[in-house]
This record gives sequence, structure tokens and C-alpha cells, in this order.
Amino acid sequence: MPDGDTQVPELAFPLDIPCLKRGAMEGTKPFVAQAEHQAKLGFPGELVPDWKEKALAKMQELAEKNRAFQVYLDICVKCGACTDKCHYFLGTGDPKNMPVARQDLLRSVYRRYFTFAGKHFPWLVGARDLTEEVLNEWYSYYHQCSECRRCSVFCPYGIDTAEITMAAREILDSVGVGQKYSNEIIGKVKDIGNNLGLNPKALRATLEGLEEDIEDDTGVSVRIPLDEKGADILLVTPSADFFAEPHIEGLIGYAKVFHEAGVSWTLSSYASEAANFGLFIGSYENMREISLRIRKAAQDLRVKRIIFGECGHAWRVAYSFLNTLAGPWDFLDQSYPVPQHILEFTWDEIQKGTLTLDPSRNDHIRLTYHDSCNVARASGMGDYPGGQFEIPRNVIRAVCNNFFDMEPDTIREATLCCGGGGGLLTDDLLDLRIKGSAPRMKALQDVTEEHGVTHMAAICAICKTQFGKVMPKYGYEMDAILSVHQLVSNAIILTGQEDADEDEADDA
Amino acid sequence: MSYQVNGHTIEHDEEGYITTLSDWSKELADEIAKTENIDMTSEHWEVVNFLREYYDEYQIAPAVRVLIKAIKKSMGPDKGNNKYMYELFPYGPAKQACKIAGLPKPTGCV
Repeated sequence: MPDGDTQVPELAFPLDIPCLKRGAMEGTKPFVAQAEHQAKLGFPGELVPDWKEKALAKMQELAEKNRAFQVYLDICVKCGACTDKCHYFLGTGDPKNMPVARQDLLRSVYRRYFTFAGKHFPWLVGARDLTEEVLNEWYSYYHQCSECRRCSVFCPYGIDTAEITMAAREILDSVGVGQKYSNEIIGKVKDIGNNLGLNPKALRATLEGLEEDIEDDTGVSVRIPLDEKGADILLVTPSADFFAEPHIEGLIGYAKVFHEAGVSWTLSSYASEAANFGLFIGSYENMREISLRIRKAAQDLRVKRIIFGECGHAWRVAYSFLNTLAGPWDFLDQSYPVPQHILEFTWDEIQKGTLTLDPSRNDHIRLTYHDSCNVARASGMGDYPGGQFEIPRNVIRAVCNNFFDMEPDTIREATLCCGGGGGLLTDDLLDLRIKGSAPRMKALQDVTEEHGVTHMAAICAICKTQFGKVMPKYGYEMDAILSVHQLVSNAIILTGQEDADEDEADDA
Repeated sequence: MSYQVNGHTIEHDEEGYITTLSDWSKELADEIAKTENIDMTSEHWEVVNFLREYYDEYQIAPAVRVLIKAIKKSMGPDKGNNKYMYELFPYGPAKQACKIAGLPKPTGCV
């Protein structure tokens, strides 16, 4: 497996179609899930003997159950508008990573078995038999798509490529070929409550340590409550916020905002995970099971509101599907959005004037902002269209004096993926992740040359981890990626905070 | 997929994490470190020992921040920082040091 150290691609900027490298990523694939991982999700432990029949039956079932999927299979005219929109194609040059070509790996099989022309004249319409070779090709290339949906923005028919990838992964799971990374993690959520496998005792100790850190830094006692019945707000945040850098700095930011806003809030050890990898593998049942943990926690703790922390696809599941998956939420206070994003909450408080902010405390940072794909293209925020682009930027501008956006065709709705989303944030795909991040890194380097940008902020746990890993390959420090609420945390001056000015001098 | 230590065969997964945690020994840690191109110094051992103690208590590896705080206490601020941890364990204190300490790999968006 290439270690990625020498795999940084040379790309032009503005982004251009790369030279084709046929087969460049052939054979790249993540570790396959073991039987024990599969069993917890209700999937066969290994390739079943009648896999071909099962796979085709699953494809048929999905096409019948999900009209959109069938339409996406039927209507592509191969116009090519999507070809150069995929970061993995741009970074690898492998033509099978053109979204249209990657989709056709599955579509060609669909045509063979489910369309008149494909059944009778397969050679005429590029229809293929389903063979073990094809199955392996699916496993490889459908794990070279991060389901970021940038290609869909440019598709004149609005084909949602991520749905094809999810369906392919669902078919693979149903015949016993699952991905270790995603499926092992889903199993941990079911067993323990979060992706990390962080048990309540360890979680409590971690949070108590953070409370000590905040008090050491500021002289103010700020609580990070866990499992407190009767709190008004349940915060559901990715477990990376309890473990990794810079995520944990973001969690400190949420706690400071809640503290200054004077609201009562709590985390839950039972629903200690916002992420929902059920989405990545296209499994409605698993997505639902994970979501129901949030419902149970909200009811057990008798909260009135639910707020989600900085996690991209969690916000998609929450904003777009939570009501279907785990509703109705009629037991919550309906005068607040159900659910609400932490950035909406913070922006409201900034507008109300409850937070004392000193943006000059971020003056050592020249910042740009990476729109995370699932927030940008698959959800909204606030009560107006485009709120998911404006609200994070509003908060950033309130806490940071030096903010510069990247090129318009690389942000907002057209944002480039970090290269690690959709279940690909695993070391066994590091080479792909480095190559796939190249377009975003080019846009970042451009704004560094133009405006001297030193740091980039994001509101997704996956983006943050991915950038921490790949940015050093592109000439940045690993801590050049920040949580948005880390910037809030830096700028906020808590009521009664000691030596705010001295701290500022220390930071500079 | 296995390590060989003192004539014993110790199974590991695709990424080199041992599958039976009780198989761990100091000799094994040296062996794993060798495959990671790490020469174990007393600083490396300080980290590995802390990870194992923490795991004993909490059945999970500590957050990087918790590790750094502990190292800062025992070895001073020069060594209790993220940069130094990455000098010791270039592939990350969480994952690479856990592997050498015989702990499971931290999973999720980390």
C-alpha cells in the first residue's frame, strides 16, 4: 500500500482536468469488515455463496423502494458535466473516478439485468454481467467516493451520485462484503454509545479534566455537565470532540458559550455521538437505530431542546432526516428549531449581545473557512436559504479580524471535499485521502499566496482530522486546522475572567 | 499476521495492533516499535507506560490532551507538548503509541 508520503499530486489552479491515468487507483481498497463487525449490523459475515442472486435482488429492491435511485440509474445521458468536479478524479487522474464512470460501474450491471436493451443486446448499451471481478471493482471504487455530492451540483439532471455509492455499499454489505472502518464503528455505537468506544467513566473523567483546564486558563469555573436530568438543552456532538485536536478546543468553546448564555445543558453518555455512519453505508436501519439513541437520551434526561455540535454528516442526518428517523419530537419545546446547530445558538447569542468578545485575541491568525460538504450541500441552518454558509461566517467575523474566503468555485455550494468524508477517514486509504485533498489544498495555497492565510477553520470532525493529517503534506502545520468554536473560545471573555489582557499578551 | 517474541507467536490485525491485549510484554513493545522504525527511549517508555496505566483504569486510550497534560507533569513543558509527541511518534501519539502499548486502535473521526 502506498504510504502517501510521495503521493502529493501536482495540480493546476484554477483547477483543470488532469491527464488521465488509467487504472491508477485500481486495487485501492479499504480493509474488509470481519464477521464479528458484520454480525452486529445484521449483515452476513463473509461473501455468501449465492451472492450474485442476492446482490441483484438487493439492487431490485432498492430500485423499487427508492424511486430516486431508479431514476438516477435510468436518466444519466453521460453529458460529462460531472467529470472534472470530483476531488478524487482531480487528485488521482483515474478515469473510473469520474463520477459518471464510477456510477456506471453499477449502472452497467443494472442495465444488463433490468432494462430491455441490456437484457437482449448488452453489447449495444455497455451492459455488463455481474461477476466477482465487478463486485471487487465496486468495493474498490465505491470506497473512492466520499458521498460529498459536489458532482450533483453540476449535474443538469440533478443526479445524486452519493445515492448510487450508498446503494452500492448497501448491496455489498448485504452479500457479506462490508468495510471494516465504518462497520466496526457502527458496532461500537451500538455497544457503547459512540464511535470511539468511550465509556461513561472515561467520558466523565475527560470532561472533568477539561473543566479543570478551563478554570486554570480563565479563573472561571465552567461546567461540562454529563447525564444531568432536567437540563434544558441536550448537546449531541461527535465523540472526536472528547478526544482529538482541534475538536476538543471546539467543545471548550461550546461550554463557554453555554456558560455565558446562562442556559442549563447536558451531554449524554448514552447518546455520546452525533456522527451517524449508517448514512455512509446507505443503511436506513442502522441510521435509524443510531438516531433513536438520541431520542431515548432526550426523553430520559427530560430536555426541552437538542443542539448538535460541529459535525458535518451528523448535521445532515439531524437537519434532513431526524424527524423521519426518530420523530415526532413533540415533547421538545417547539419555540426552538428541532434540532438546532451550535452555530445558530452562538450566532443568536452574539446578536443578543450576551457574549463579550475580543476578536483581537485571534489576531495571530489569518483565517479561511472550509465549508463542510454535508452542511453546505445537504442541509440548511437558521431560518433563511443559505444560512449554512452565512451563519458560520457571521460567527467567524465576530471573533476573528482577518478572514478571507477561498475562490468562489471552491466554497459554499461548490465546496471541495476534505478528501476524508463518507467513511474514508481511515489509515488504509491514506494515499487516496492525500490525493483527494489536493484540490482543496490548492485553493488554500492560493488564498495563502494572495492574503497570507495561515489557518483554516471547519465545522466537521472528519474534516478537522483529515486536514490535521494531510495539511503537513502541503506545507502547513498540523495545527493550522481549527474548530470554529475554538476561535470563539479564544475570543470570548468570560464574566469574571482574570487577567484577560495579560493572557492576550501571552498569546501574542 | 503475527509478531515473534522469545519464540512466541503473537497475532495482530491488518494494521499491526495485537488482537489479544493480554499478550503484551515489554519485549513485544520493542518488537512492534522496530516495525514502526522507532527506537524506544525512556521518553517513549514514559508515554507507553502512561497509556497502559490509563487503559487499566478506563478501558480506553486517553485523549491526546490528557496524555500531554500527564507528560507535562512528569517530564516538564519542554516535552509535554503536541510537537514533541509527534517527534516521538511521527504517526501520532494516539495511534502509533497505542499500537506499541498494545492497546486497541482509537476509532472514529480521530
